[in-house]
Amino acid sequence: MPEIFMIMFSAVLAENFIFSRFYGICPFLGVSEKPSTALGMGMAVTFVITVSSAVTWAVYYLLLEPAGLEYLKTIAFILVIAALVQFIEMFLRRYIPALYSALGIFLPLITTNCAVLGSALVNIQKGYNFIESVVFGFSAAIGFTMAITVFAGVRERLAFARPPRSFKGFPILLIAASLVAMAFSGFSGMKF
Amino acid sequence: MHSKFLKQMKEGILTNNPTFVQLLGMCPTLAVTTSVINAIGMGTAVTFVLICSNLFISLVRNLIPKEVRIASYIVIISGFVTAVELLIKAYFPAIDASLGLFIPLIVVNCIILARAEAFASKNKPVPSMVDGLSIGLGFTLALVAISAVRELLGSGKLFAATDGTGGIQILGDWFSPATIFLLPCGAFLTLGFLIALVQKIGNMSSERKRRQALEIDAIENGYHPTLVKDPVTGEIVRKNEARAAETEFLPEESAQLTDEVPAINIVETGKEDADA
Repeated sequence: MPEIFMIMFSAVLAENFIFSRFYGICPFLGVSEKPSTALGMGMAVTFVITVSSAVTWAVYYLLLEPAGLEYLKTIAFILVIAALVQFIEMFLRRYIPALYSALGIFLPLITTNCAVLGSALVNIQKGYNFIESVVFGFSAAIGFTMAITVFAGVRERLAFARPPRSFKGFPILLIAASLVAMAFSGFSGMKF
Repeated sequence: MHSKFLKQMKEGILTNNPTFVQLLGMCPTLAVTTSVINAIGMGTAVTFVLICSNLFISLVRNLIPKEVRIASYIVIISGFVTAVELLIKAYFPAIDASLGLFIPLIVVNCIILARAEAFASKNKPVPSMVDGLSIGLGFTLALVAISAVRELLGSGKLFAATDGTGGIQILGDWFSPATIFLLPCGAFLTLGFLIALVQKIGNMSSERKRRQALEIDAIENGYHPTLVKDPVTGEIVRKNEARAAETEFLPEESAQLTDEVPAINIVETGKEDADA
């Protein structure tokens, strides 16, 4: 049990996907204009990462490893994730339309979100068992959601700032992200 | 052919640089730029995948059904990425250890998918390969620029091996390394400042172009303070040099104008009166 807690803590804070591992920077900078959209994206990513952690674990240990095809894991995982995102999209549209209308527009973007493939590969690299993989995926995604929502709040304030002309747009965003990352790097000293 | 090649290279490396101008592929850009060697390793791997995937996608571009093209591109790209991953594992284990999961994650690097969709799927194989090379070089140079700043300020050295040993000491003993540049926040900070620098240069050149256009406009319309277009030769000359020509031509033109303008006025006022 303590190990599970440690995995959760380090995935959410100490090794936050965005501020320490740099997974999923594209949606972090692209879809963080409003806290509500950021939260929607975060929830969609959480959903997909949790399910994909379970599925990719099963594909790797039940399919690829017995067949001696471990080197194909990148191709297999990206296919699994693409199919899974498509499947989740169809399932939500059919059975949970309310959730679909909230998350629908984010789902197609998730296939090429490196946080999803990244967490699947980290699970294999660290040799997590099934429960640990799912917990890691879920908490890493919670860390992602937290980071993107916090940053959306920062960005709302930033809209009123008047930076020098050359810093307008992307540069000032990155510098704000750097300050948030500095705050998060305080957690990295708390590794167990 | 030759000038086309140069134009494509210039576009990928400078005017359409994937990192500084298009702002694509930010994850590896931020993550692996802690040392120049890492940046070169990552850049080379991405360039190789880009050239191969662009060539392959261009060759099969007419065979792929439109509806499943993105999925097909991802499968093709991940095939080449797996090849690169195995090659790096076999021949450069140190780079493999320090780049870690970012080599398999080249699959979801949006630069490669963007070039497949925007260029390789519409162009012949050879230009597609050139496009892959130029975009790849642009990406590599951007990574090297970022990592040079970070490594220099973070450790005072350049070209250190991936385990931190070796390298050329650039800054002397007086310099105390600012480790923050090697931390994640340093990555965001450096990239932010470098993009600001690129935007500054872009702003300056567009400002220059705007001024030039204004100046030409002023000369054409004759209200530039010092320059004027010579009516005879069409060259741009100083006002006092063109005066001789001006005096010859102006009376004739103004005479024509005075003839025409009142004539129109009379007709129009007459019409209005009739209507009323």
